[in-house]
Amino acid sequence: MTAMTAQKTSALAVSRLVKTFDVSAPWLNRVVERKPRQFLQAVSDISFDVPMGGCLSLVGESGCGKSTVARLVTGLYKPNGGEMRFAPGHDGKPLSAQMIFQDPYASLNPRWRVKNIIAEPIRELKLRKTRAEIDDRVTELLKTVGLSASDGDKFPHEFSGGQRQRISIARALAGEPEFLVCDEPTSALDVSVQAQVLNLMRRLQDQFGLTFLFISHDMSVVRHMSDRIAVMYLGRIVEEGETEALFARPRHPYTQLLLQTIPNIEKPHRDRVVAAGEVPSPLKPPSGCPFHPRCPIATARCSAELPEVRTFSSGTRVACHLAEDP
Amino acid sequence: MAEAQQAVLEVRSLKVEFPGRRGVATALSDVSLSISPGEILGVVGESGAGKSMTGLAIQGLLERPGHIAEGEIWLADRRIDNLGDSEMEKIRGREIGAIFQDPLTSLNPLFTVGAQLTETIRQHLGMSKAEARARAISLLKDVGIPSPEERVNQYPHQFSGGMRQRVVIALALAASPKLIIADEPTTALDVSIQAQITSLLRKLCKEKGTAVMLVTHDMGVIAETADRVAVLYAGRLIEIGPVEQLLRAPQHPYTRGLMASIPALGARVERLNQIDGSMPRLDAIPPGCAFNPRCKEAGPRCIREQPGLMPDGTGASACWLNAGGTA
Repeated sequence: MTAMTAQKTSALAVSRLVKTFDVSAPWLNRVVERKPRQFLQAVSDISFDVPMGGCLSLVGESGCGKSTVARLVTGLYKPNGGEMRFAPGHDGKPLSAQMIFQDPYASLNPRWRVKNIIAEPIRELKLRKTRAEIDDRVTELLKTVGLSASDGDKFPHEFSGGQRQRISIARALAGEPEFLVCDEPTSALDVSVQAQVLNLMRRLQDQFGLTFLFISHDMSVVRHMSDRIAVMYLGRIVEEGETEALFARPRHPYTQLLLQTIPNIEKPHRDRVVAAGEVPSPLKPPSGCPFHPRCPIATARCSAELPEVRTFSSGTRVACHLAEDP
Repeated sequence: MAEAQQAVLEVRSLKVEFPGRRGVATALSDVSLSISPGEILGVVGESGAGKSMTGLAIQGLLERPGHIAEGEIWLADRRIDNLGDSEMEKIRGREIGAIFQDPLTSLNPLFTVGAQLTETIRQHLGMSKAEARARAISLLKDVGIPSPEERVNQYPHQFSGGMRQRVVIALALAASPKLIIADEPTTALDVSIQAQITSLLRKLCKEKGTAVMLVTHDMGVIAETADRVAVLYAGRLIEIGPVEQLLRAPQHPYTRGLMASIPALGARVERLNQIDGSMPRLDAIPPGCAFNPRCKEAGPRCIREQPGLMPDGTGASACWLNAGGTA
């Protein structure tokens, strides 16, 4: 695809994205119990670029806002502020995005045959005209993801977790997207099956010149898949940079903590540094830098002042008062 | 391994069957393993391989019509697989503690953490209320819950996920059991919390000499926590050995494939090694070695004959290739 030649341009540019959820109690409770309205800022002031034909991964612990970003990008949520801009695709229109969800058991309708599940986006987007053309396309998609044409007549319950995730991928590809948002696509799968699905995704990326926004909490999967990584903590990006640079020299103390906690199968019984504390509630985020209550090197400034995002000479962006450039 | 000590748990040729409409599904077949005091045995395998089933069979919690068809289970010097329900109830909690995957569903939301702990303590150890409460507080302290005197009066929803799993561990330890069966204890937790829980489990088990059977699908957790590892495939034990040996030099082709399919943190590769196909259904296990349709090295003998567990130095594996000669 021509996308590969334009490696430098970004497929999606997100700037200062904000999403706030209203989590107030019902109005009667608010009146009776005199509770104020309550808001949860799931995503605060996030900016990132996804390189064309590349893969950007969002990592972080549960509640850090990574899935909210995925839903904002695919338009399932409306942002409260900021903007997102898709680059023009090969037909001149903005890139179309599709999504692969985490749970292959919940994301496929159990009452539909697989061929209808895959044909739905084709019919809905009017990508093929006649029934015969649609059937041919479904067969082609099933073969692309490593299933056979006869599998189209079966129901989702007849498939294993890995095969279901292949069906999800075929459905996402049916809309002929150039941009795929994958929200923890392998978290529900066993390792041997995970390898099959990751290999398939890499092959499809090369074959169709797809751009990925990949979301995961598994650092080893992220390292395998992505060109760039953005680390999120409590709704903010604390560090963003090239995969190898980030793994070789993590700048933010939270990134360092995340990398330390990865179990290493090559070194059994390693005495790892166990980080104390847990992620605070996003309803009551700490003042200043959100990570300061858990940070081993925090100073008085960290609890008072929110660190700005600084771009280092290596191209890594870091939001920490204490990180040094060289 | 210190074989001089008597094993806390010994499972001998265990076979679990589930009769169904389409014939009998063999959930476990010929599984033998033992755990010594203070030892952590990791049990790994894909979903449906029989990891949780092994834990349930040991605790006498198999759901009907599932039953133990063959084999014996010994807890220290007592045979427990043929005991009745009321006798098993005395053993569960007192001699075998359990930790489950989801800390939210394994605690009762209507009772305080202290009430749940003291109930278990009084039931099994026959202490007075005051003694039980003191023990509950000291247990919470052991599992690293800050200010246990106040936390003991709180409800499960007032604890975070990691803290709740610590309470579940305290509950499992309440009656000082000889054996703890931990079924995916860290799967529902975030990575940084996961590290806290596995190191806590390891520390407590070494201090108190409790044997632990750690059931998980996560090789990373196994590497950091277990002393020995048992690998299950389609209800059969295919490899068992010390963790270092199993991770560095796995003997069975399935274990080798499994290890190679994990994305490495070291060098980045273009393509991960994958094992093609999927595990057979339990009511349609192929003859011979259960792994033969997916095995790249399978020979005619693998399709004809089922390999038994063959000892090899400190470990053992069930593969004809390791029997000397060819498959």
